[in-house]
Amino acid sequence: MSPPLIDAHAHFLHGACGRSDWEAVNAARFRAGETIGVTCHVASVLGTYGFTSPTYFPSPADCTIGNDAMLDICAREGDRVRMMVTVNPNHTSHALDEIARCVERGAIGIKLLASRRADDPLLDPICELAAKRRLAMLHHIWQHRTREWPSQEISDGADLARLAERHPSVNFILAHIGGGGDYAHTFQAVRDVPNIFPDLSGSGVDRGMLDSAIGALGPRRLLWGTDLTMETGLAKLRALDVTGLLSPDDVECIKWKNAVRVFGEGRLPVQ
Amino acid sequence: MIDVNTLIGPYPFRFLPHPDAETLVRVMDREEISEAWVGHLPSAFYRDPTPGNAQLYSARVKFADRLKPVPAIRPDWPAWERVLGEAQAAGAVAVRAYPMHWQLGPHDSRLSEFGLACAEARLPLVLTVRFEDLRQRHPMDTAGDLTAAHVRALARCSPRVRIIVTAAGKDMIEEVHWGLTSDEQRRVLWDISWIWGPPEDHLAKLFRTIGAQRFVFGTQWPLRLTQNPRANLDLLPGDVAGAELADVESWARQ
Repeated sequence: MSPPLIDAHAHFLHGACGRSDWEAVNAARFRAGETIGVTCHVASVLGTYGFTSPTYFPSPADCTIGNDAMLDICAREGDRVRMMVTVNPNHTSHALDEIARCVERGAIGIKLLASRRADDPLLDPICELAAKRRLAMLHHIWQHRTREWPSQEISDGADLARLAERHPSVNFILAHIGGGGDYAHTFQAVRDVPNIFPDLSGSGVDRGMLDSAIGALGPRRLLWGTDLTMETGLAKLRALDVTGLLSPDDVECIKWKNAVRVFGEGRLPVQ
Repeated sequence: MIDVNTLIGPYPFRFLPHPDAETLVRVMDREEISEAWVGHLPSAFYRDPTPGNAQLYSARVKFADRLKPVPAIRPDWPAWERVLGEAQAAGAVAVRAYPMHWQLGPHDSRLSEFGLACAEARLPLVLTVRFEDLRQRHPMDTAGDLTAAHVRALARCSPRVRIIVTAAGKDMIEEVHWGLTSDEQRRVLWDISWIWGPPEDHLAKLFRTIGAQRFVFGTQWPLRLTQNPRANLDLLPGDVAGAELADVESWARQ
């Protein structure tokens, strides 16, 4: 039995996302996951990834198409995959219905993109449902928002902190500290908001980033993940072992124990 | 294993822990890297990088067998030819240039003259696409990423020029590679420090289309985790797993 390793931030493609190589990309995630030792990919599908509506502003219909694809993957893959249901908070009733539909079929969390600023009141009904159903919420984050950027309505750690303070019983996963922007801003912005758990994913492998995260937030607030680049995930795993800041149990917390707490006991396949 | 893309010294836009030669050598021991080509990071931001070269030469003295100097030379600065001679005398294995930081366009004649001089001196030219992701740059860091046009222009400036491009991604590599003749392609190597691995498998795709022999190992320490390029190689799919990278020393001597 492999020791648990939970990828808290993964994505899969599907046949309606306009890429002929979608199956190869999904297979590559499983192939690399096996080499790394990932025991469970907690994943979402982001609508049609821009094919019929924008990735970060998916239409309700595309959310449903993507979630259906994700449900199929879960049904096929069993314990090595768990699902986050993707919704667009601008379409409240569809979002709430979609969450209920997918949770009935096994989804363990909610994925929000960059369709609405994180502290907008439109997110409140979704968070209320998350609190009621004990669902973790993974929110796409731009580390330090200094201006608007095209193709996204970006949110940063400070925006997410305002939402998390309004919903203290919900566990929020702050997406990809290595996914672009200034992570040093994020760590200070969420330091005093204990229901925010940043994930380590993203293509950025800045030296000092992990040390700063551990120093500001401690090992009980961080989740390991990969997002779009699994080699950076493996590099961070290897780096965690040599920071000199973590005990073996701290490393286990980042690898999987924190994920169990964030998603809820019994929802992840760990022994 | 030779790491062609390391630096020492602080970075002006964020804190770097221990960016010194002693720490670099300890990291190389841990990661089983035998030799590193090392530049001086602050020199990229100096108006005149020459004093930074002096710091580089003295910092590596204790580790001369492991750390090979790659000084920076600015071709629009007076007497750069003398600095190139000093680099040769100091045992430089290559030289670094930062056209974006010095506002030199791809077709600036001073850049091509410099490329020609490096070729005559048998010193490869190390170019840097970026130090940081565009999305996190300090407002005062306005240089921008190195362009594919710069690399193409330099690769064409002499049949003897040798170029190592560091910190490039798949799109730029493909744009340059397929915009060069076969002879020109052989004069350009790419480090793997910023190329994506799975699930998109950019590195594997490049190995299949361009060939692993066009690539060299590079980490961009102390800016990035040393573990990253090795992790990328470890995650290659079966058909390209274990592919041999270029032997940079023999390539440089050709």
